[in-house]
Parts: sequence; C-alpha cells; structure tokens
Amino acid sequence: MNNIISQSLTDLIKNIKDKKISSEEVTKSFIQRAEKSKKLNCYITEDFENAINKAKKFDKKPNYDSKLPGIPVAVKDLFCTRGLKTTAGSKILSNFVPTYESTVTQNMWSEGAIPLGKLNCDEFAMGSSNETSFFGNVQSPIDKNLVPGGSSGGSASAVAGQLSPITIGTDTGGSIRQPASFTGIVGLKPTYGSCSRYGIVAFASSLDQAGPMAQNVKDCALLQEVISTYDPKDSTSIDFKRSHYSEELTNNIKGKKIGIPKEYRVDDMPKEIEDLWQKGIQYVKDCGAETIDISLPHTSYALPAYYIVAPAEASSNLARYDGVKYGFRVKGENLIDMYEKTRSEGFGAEVQRRIMIGTYVLSSGYYDAYYLKAQKVRKLIKNDFDEVYKKVDAILTPSTPSSAFKIGEKTNDPVSMYLNDIFTVPVNLAGLPAISIPAGHDSKGYPLGLQIIGKAFDEQNILNIAFAMEEKINFKNKIADWWIK
Amino acid sequence: MTIDLKTVKHISKLSRISIEDEKAKKLAGDLNSIFEFIEKLNKLNTDKVEPLTSIAETTLKLRKDEVKSENIRDQILKNSPNENKDFFVVPKVVE
Repeated sequence: MNNIISQSLTDLIKNIKDKKISSEEVTKSFIQRAEKSKKLNCYITEDFENAINKAKKFDKKPNYDSKLPGIPVAVKDLFCTRGLKTTAGSKILSNFVPTYESTVTQNMWSEGAIPLGKLNCDEFAMGSSNETSFFGNVQSPIDKNLVPGGSSGGSASAVAGQLSPITIGTDTGGSIRQPASFTGIVGLKPTYGSCSRYGIVAFASSLDQAGPMAQNVKDCALLQEVISTYDPKDSTSIDFKRSHYSEELTNNIKGKKIGIPKEYRVDDMPKEIEDLWQKGIQYVKDCGAETIDISLPHTSYALPAYYIVAPAEASSNLARYDGVKYGFRVKGENLIDMYEKTRSEGFGAEVQRRIMIGTYVLSSGYYDAYYLKAQKVRKLIKNDFDEVYKKVDAILTPSTPSSAFKIGEKTNDPVSMYLNDIFTVPVNLAGLPAISIPAGHDSKGYPLGLQIIGKAFDEQNILNIAFAMEEKINFKNKIADWWIK
Repeated sequence: MTIDLKTVKHISKLSRISIEDEKAKKLAGDLNSIFEFIEKLNKLNTDKVEPLTSIAETTLKLRKDEVKSENIRDQILKNSPNENKDFFVVPKVVE
C-alpha cells in the first residue's frame, strides 16, 4: 500500500484492522522516513530494531480490540521509558536509563502502540524553539532553518514531517500548543490532573501536563482517550469521569457560547494573526455558535508570574541532578566542588539561568516579594477564568503572537523568547485544558494556529469545537520535503 | 532593583553551579532584563488576595501501605557514574 506515512492515525488503524496493511509494514515505513530525515534532528534515541520486532510480534498475534493496534509512535524524550535511554535533552542525563515506565507511555504500549524511540526537545523542556537541547536544534519540516517551536519541537517536527503518525509532548507554558501551531498540527494541553505525571522528568510540577499531538482533531481525541487515566502513582492525578473523547466527538456546536478576550489583542501583533482570529470567529459563528466579547483583565501579568513560579519549581526539581546517582559527573576536589562542577558542565545556559532565577526568588528575604506575589497573581488569573466561564463555554484566541521564526533569531534575548508563550501560559497557571489547531498560513507560507481554551475537565467540548472548526478551515500543511532533496 | 556581580556569585553558590567571571557578567545582564520584566507584577495590588497554592482542589487519596519490592538495585546503581557494587560513591566527606 502506498503512502502509509501520509495516512491519519484513524486510517492507519482501520487499514490494520481490515488487514490491508500489517503493523510491520507501517512501522518500517515510518522508520524509512526517519532514516531519510536525519537532517531534521528529530530523534535523540532510535529504537528501530526493537520496534520492528515488536511489530512482527503484533502481526503474529494481533489484538484488534486495542485502541492503537500495532501503531508505531515516537515520544518526547521527557517520558521515562524502562530500559531505553531518557535524556530530557540534557547532558546531565545523557546516559540515564530509567528502571520504570511513565504511566502515559505505558498506557500507549498497553493499547498496542509500538515504541519507535525518543524525540528531541529543549533541555528539561525549557525553551520555545528547541534550540536549548544538548543534542542540537531541531529543524522544522516547514522550511529550512526554521524553528519547530518548543519545547516539544522534535515531537512537532516528527508529526508534521510524517516520521510518526501521532506523538505525545508535555506542556508547562505552551510546549505542546506553540510547536503544534508553528508546524501546522493539532496539540492538546489537557486539564491539570488529567494525564499522570508519573515518570515524566519534572520541570515545574504545578504546571506540567502531558498531552497528544496529531495531524487532526479526531486522532488527537483518540490519543487523549488512551493517555488520560487516573493514576494512584501521581498524587495530583484526578479521578474524574473521562469521556470516550473520540467516540463522543461531534461537530455539532450549535448554541455554544465562545468568549473572545480583548486582552489577547496585544501590541505589535501582526495583522495576519488578527485576521486569522477574525476568520476563526466567523467559522465558529458559521457552525452555529455564538461569540461573546469578554475580559480577562490580568492576562498581561501571567507571563511575569510564570517566570517566577516555573523557575522556582524547576530549581527545586533539578536539585536532584548532582552527579551522584545519574550518568554525568565531573570530578571535584571535594563533594561540593563535584556538585558545582557537574552542574556547571551538565546543564546548558538556559537551564542554569532558570535554576538561578528560581533559587533567587526562593532565597531568604525574597520569598514574599516574588514567589508569594506570583501565587497571588496566579489566583487572580484563575479568578478571571472562573468569572468568564459563568457566561461562556470556551474561549477562542490565537495560539501564538507570531508564526515560526528562524533558528538563532531570538537566542540572545531571553525575554523576547519568553514572549512567545504570552497566549499559552495563562492556561497552565489556571490548570485549564486548551487545544491549538492549524488555521491558516502567513504571507511566508508558515502555519498559524488558533487556540480554544476550555473549562477544567471539559476536554470533550474544546475537541468538539476544534473538530467543527477543522471542517470549515480545511487546512492543508505545506510540506515540500526540503530536507530530503 | 539591579542584580550585581556579587549577587550572581551568591545565587550561583546557592544553586551549586560554579561560574566564571566572564559568564557571571553575561548572566547578570540576562537576569536584570528578566527581573525588569518580572517586576511588572509590582504594579498590581495583591494585599487582599489569597495565594493559589494548589491548582487541583482535591483531597489526597489513601492507599494501602504495601511493600512492593522490584529488586532493581543493580539497575539503579548502573546509572551511577562511579564503578561500584553496592553503594553510590562520592568524594570523601569525613576526614
């Protein structure tokens, strides 16, 4: 069968179930594609030989009742995989082999998925361009020397470039939605507590969530159905009634009330983004939904608050990397000297910067001025959302304030890099679900995304709105395989 | 507020990350521009606001107190950078 790699997850599953293609054929097709796509630098660790063996094993004894029957999937290298190197994009973990499996990846393998390997990402998921990885930057399949976004940049490039039919990423401040938007794919950041954090290398524990990335909304819904389970191993996992997201998916959104927040109309936003947003508003209206102008007054404080909360939590979480128990160590004259040298050489510049911000805001005498202040602002941001959700069912915004930028364009100015996440960060601070869907192209032909933000635990509703909009938008990703020719 | 070289050195000590002077200078610049950005928060009066300490407002579930031995000591020790059989080895800390 031709064009296996361009098939959606839904089609691949159907063709495998109808015995038109085998898992081995599918797995080999994606591996061949990956072999031809080294220039994208998507993979940190390939596990292709094992993948083919597992696919063969599936074909011998297929379980067609599973949700991802024999489907090969590569995942972000932030998920611990038992027996397979997990680096978090960092030198300090460059030869770490976990003795346990993350719950979300286990859920996928239990439903029949075949692990292909581990995908590149910003170091410890700290970045918006996949340029902070110890293993080099990832190229976007959209254009040469273009960033795929970050931190789940390898994941976004792998799905957009057809190296993996679906994938999972993590989103602490936009790390699923922003790269999804930059590469023309769909990415969902679930409600905090929806997907287990067990076995995910921790960045900022009160913000981190794993979520699906896919070519279309239906595939995204199916993957969310697989990965979202209550997990006693994660004390912040929430036991709520989860929908059968893909089965209950509908494009009927008649009568839904969708809020349009005026604070997301920021200064210097390109006209193309504003136009795209207006188009999105028209699409939801065409689907029979009603749009309502709303205000989220504390929006502009979200990013500064995030840059206190996230580094503070990161500085605590990353204290464990001291050269004692994991891979990388630099010899020192004494124990402290060993710690300091190991961390100086083992962490990259951005990670060091964030650890230092976090250490500073938590240090004696500064806690109230920074961390406590940020927690209060976080409350105000959550209150903003609680208030508007009395009137609306969901919120529609652009996913990012610009399209993808060139590699190296923003690396010397941390603040301008951070501003990329201006529309995605408030969602993490409030623990809400949000999805980015591709909605158009800018004048350079680069994809642009729209974001739909939902109420907590209301993933089904935003998936439905995204599904209805997707039909109207009829987006086609422009991938010309520039890296192969 | 400005973060001077001395403060950067102090934070780097607290963070257990050694940095040379050259790097410290660059970091001071970066940190100052980041904190200038962060301090926008001071415009906001939050005197009467309760801090948000937990995003998931649920009570913790109890589980059975069971020992689950996986017997993976060797695998765990394998990740340690020093060749050793039974322990993590670090530079001598007691004279």
